[in-house]
Amino acid sequence: MFQRLPDAGDLAVAITIDGKPVKARAGDTVAAALFAAGIDHCRTTPVSGTPRAPYCMMGVCFECLVTIDGVGNRQACLVPVQEGMSVETQRGKREIGR
Amino acid sequence: MSAVNEVRDSYDVAVVGAGPAGLTAATACAAAGLATVLFDEQPAPGGQIYRAITQTPVQRASILGNDYWYGARLVRDFQASRAQYVPGATVWSLSREREIGVSTGGAARLTQAKRVIIATGALERPFPIPGWTLPGVMTAGAGQILLKSGAMVPQGRTLLAGCGPLLWLLAWQYLNAGVKIDAILDTTARASRSAAWPHAPAFLFSPYFRKGLRLMLSVRRRTKVIAGVTGLRAEGNSRLQQVAYRTADGAEIRLPADTLLLHQGVVPNVNLAMSVGIEHRWDDDQLCWVPVVDGYGGTSVDGVAIAGDGAGIAGAWAAEERGKLAALAAIRALKPDTRQDILPDEANIRLALAKVERGRLFLDRYYQPAASFRIPRGDTIVCRCEEVTAQQIIDTVALGCTGPNQMKSFLRCGMGPCQGRLCGLTVTELMAQTRGVPPAEIGHYRLRPPVKPITLGELAALPKDEAAIKAVVRG
Repeated sequence: MFQRLPDAGDLAVAITIDGKPVKARAGDTVAAALFAAGIDHCRTTPVSGTPRAPYCMMGVCFECLVTIDGVGNRQACLVPVQEGMSVETQRGKREIGR
Repeated sequence: MSAVNEVRDSYDVAVVGAGPAGLTAATACAAAGLATVLFDEQPAPGGQIYRAITQTPVQRASILGNDYWYGARLVRDFQASRAQYVPGATVWSLSREREIGVSTGGAARLTQAKRVIIATGALERPFPIPGWTLPGVMTAGAGQILLKSGAMVPQGRTLLAGCGPLLWLLAWQYLNAGVKIDAILDTTARASRSAAWPHAPAFLFSPYFRKGLRLMLSVRRRTKVIAGVTGLRAEGNSRLQQVAYRTADGAEIRLPADTLLLHQGVVPNVNLAMSVGIEHRWDDDQLCWVPVVDGYGGTSVDGVAIAGDGAGIAGAWAAEERGKLAALAAIRALKPDTRQDILPDEANIRLALAKVERGRLFLDRYYQPAASFRIPRGDTIVCRCEEVTAQQIIDTVALGCTGPNQMKSFLRCGMGPCQGRLCGLTVTELMAQTRGVPPAEIGHYRLRPPVKPITLGELAALPKDEAAIKAVVRG
């Protein structure tokens, strides 16, 4: 669970997370926006289905894989938010075509 | 729209990574008139140590401290140089002939460089404790990145656990920002502390000594530190709920927790370097693989150098100097007639490097994590991607597996998307201990390109000539 310091400033970028509208700060990565939105986990694993959340935030652990604008398995910690972006959490294995 | 179209077919020098080493290397090469490109996987320059330095929302300078803001100068010099900057660019392959495969904005390009300087820095050492995959558990570095890049701090009951300078730095920054830390569970091993003392006199002259001491005292004054932690578990049902720890006197204690930030040092990020076949050695002090480099970061692969923490952990200030040395070698090789006053001043660099590297062995030994936190047992997960436990790996040794490459074909351990980044060191040490041989004899996963997963779509976006199209199109 994370919160923003008063320093964070305006939340001007509108995205959706699993269809729900969320405001993010310009400069946020998708992973940061997920934390700020209070999302508990961003995917469940393909192997056992257990929940996972971003772990390293620097592109090495691949725990933050999510579907962004229809493209699956994107590293949320490496992708900056953009106006209108659609982020979906992932459940288990990727579906064909995503 | 895509930045990929700005990637040229060839460069004199390609630098990978925009931390202190990559920034100074690219700046110096460009100043000498070499066609220089810097590929950065992150959206903005600074690496992890100066993460988001050009765009951090953290306005109060006292939160992150002067050593962070110092990085702005390196970025300014780089931005004033003629080097091309490609952010959001993942380098997924590098050949011995220095052909680089890079993706950005969902499309890939191949480019050729006369010299390559790998400045991919460090990543945090794996911390495989029971429950480390639970949401709510993350690395201290991750917590710091959220603070630097988004002014985000943990809310609720927060624990820090582990050892090493970054853990104390993060605690200090959190306290400066008004975050309440419930406790710091200090796992610094008694044996490591004793082994470090002979090197303490040299460390007294390190610039890190006074800084470190002041920082630790400041943290200790403001939050509870539980020393001598020998056992650690994250517990919870689908998310972290409590942390169980044990100290030398035996009894297990449980603390309720919403966030647990783990850290036990940093190790070189070796994936790109290993994939091109650069020789590495096992370092018994830093307990990790370190590339074999000469005094300028030159490696066993012609024309490929490594600068910064990726060539062995020495910290940000050393990285800055090592970046200049790698640049110096590149300039001398490609433009030997470069005027002396444009070249980085080698004598000064060596002097500065000696100063910041003084007493490094003390830090390496003092914060060497205990074996119990590096080499897990039982059903503790080692490979987070494929969910492989320590016992499963031990069992494959009993079946006759001698190293990680044979083992992974039994278990898929290390074959998930992170490509062994978060389990490689654990696997090597675990197999070494089980077989009773040194880690160097076990070796590391054989790493191959692409060193980061790429989509077929990205590959399909590579420019194709007539001959290539004809080769696959029928009729």
